[in-house]
Amino acid sequence: MTRYDSLTDATGDTPLVGLPRLSPRWEGTNPVRLWAKLEDRNPTGSIKDRAALAMVRAAEADGRLTPGCTILEPTSGNTGISLAMVAKLHGYGLVCVMPENTSIERRQLLEMFGARIISSPAAGGSNQAVATAKQLAEQYPDWVMLYQYGNPANARAHYEGTGPEILHDLPTITHFVAGLGTTGTLMGAGRYLREKVPDVSIVAAEPRYGELVYGLRNIDEGFVPELYDDSVLTSRFSVTSYDALRRTRDLIEHEGIFAGISTGAILHAALSIADRVAARDERADVAFVVCDGGWKYLSTGAYAGSLQQAAEQLEGQLWA
Amino acid sequence: MAIEVKIPTILRTYTAGAKAVDGSGETLSALIDDLDASHPGIKGRLITDDGGLHRFVNVYVNDEDVRFTGSLDTALKDGDAVTILPAVAGG
Repeated sequence: MTRYDSLTDATGDTPLVGLPRLSPRWEGTNPVRLWAKLEDRNPTGSIKDRAALAMVRAAEADGRLTPGCTILEPTSGNTGISLAMVAKLHGYGLVCVMPENTSIERRQLLEMFGARIISSPAAGGSNQAVATAKQLAEQYPDWVMLYQYGNPANARAHYEGTGPEILHDLPTITHFVAGLGTTGTLMGAGRYLREKVPDVSIVAAEPRYGELVYGLRNIDEGFVPELYDDSVLTSRFSVTSYDALRRTRDLIEHEGIFAGISTGAILHAALSIADRVAARDERADVAFVVCDGGWKYLSTGAYAGSLQQAAEQLEGQLWA
Repeated sequence: MAIEVKIPTILRTYTAGAKAVDGSGETLSALIDDLDASHPGIKGRLITDDGGLHRFVNVYVNDEDVRFTGSLDTALKDGDAVTILPAVAGG
């Protein structure tokens, strides 16, 4: 079925695509295969459409969101863009608190959708956006903060959507790899897959940014999303901008997939795991998430010049 | 045995501003003790009173989070790279 009554109904049911050229062993007795879940095929082009739609629907169901309401959300971009689309279609206003070191494309998209952007300082990254949004929520009690970092509907979207879709398409799954931001994807899809395939490995890839982003005043200003439960994970990798960019380019060159930078980080973790399994001469089916396409990151220089130059360009920017 | 330890901005007051320092130890726990001997006080910022890693501190050995590889008992070998980072939000 590819006909829908509205754009939001077209969220999810994304393709799972094999990577025969980048997989360590595509064929043979013990294949080690990589599978890309193309979440850029969602309505606004990212996996965040799932969480945004689920959070809005949950808030409508419990009466927190009523026609004419204003939604408030701290976001480095994709969640904001997804919420802006849903807000427009459902008749809400949207205020996004976004770190100032995010790409211009994200700002332009948000503005085009009619969202209002409040900038938070670059130093401290999304931590500062969260803190600023919490202050605004106190100042404007009539605004509804959906709060992706602690909203169970975020993880539930992946428990009910992403996870089942992957298992349906890949019953032989051995590993699931996704990005760790709000942790919603990993918590939701991870829990579902663990319930159905008890020995599945759930692997997190988190971006390692330039120093500016970690410029907190003290350790206690650190932030762990309320949704995060480390018992769901099997392992967790920190991926540098350089490695993320390298894999993003590998994806285009070998498999024709033009993905965003965080997807490169996820593929890097997926390949680390896949290479280990291949070295033990065991089999694996590794599903990983393509969070979005590369379009919103062209202005960052990620796809131009040498890898080293591109990595330097990204220093100080929030790229996931 | 030399292990390079990358120090986040926030903890460089303990390393005279150095972005990376060398340490040694066969486990992460031993490495942190060794670091504390050369950079007194740093251990107290990484480890809580009950002996576990601080909630807002992430430590990676060769890019892998130690909380999933044995935490403070994670084994180290010559040439490993250890990275310490404060926990920050994504999304």
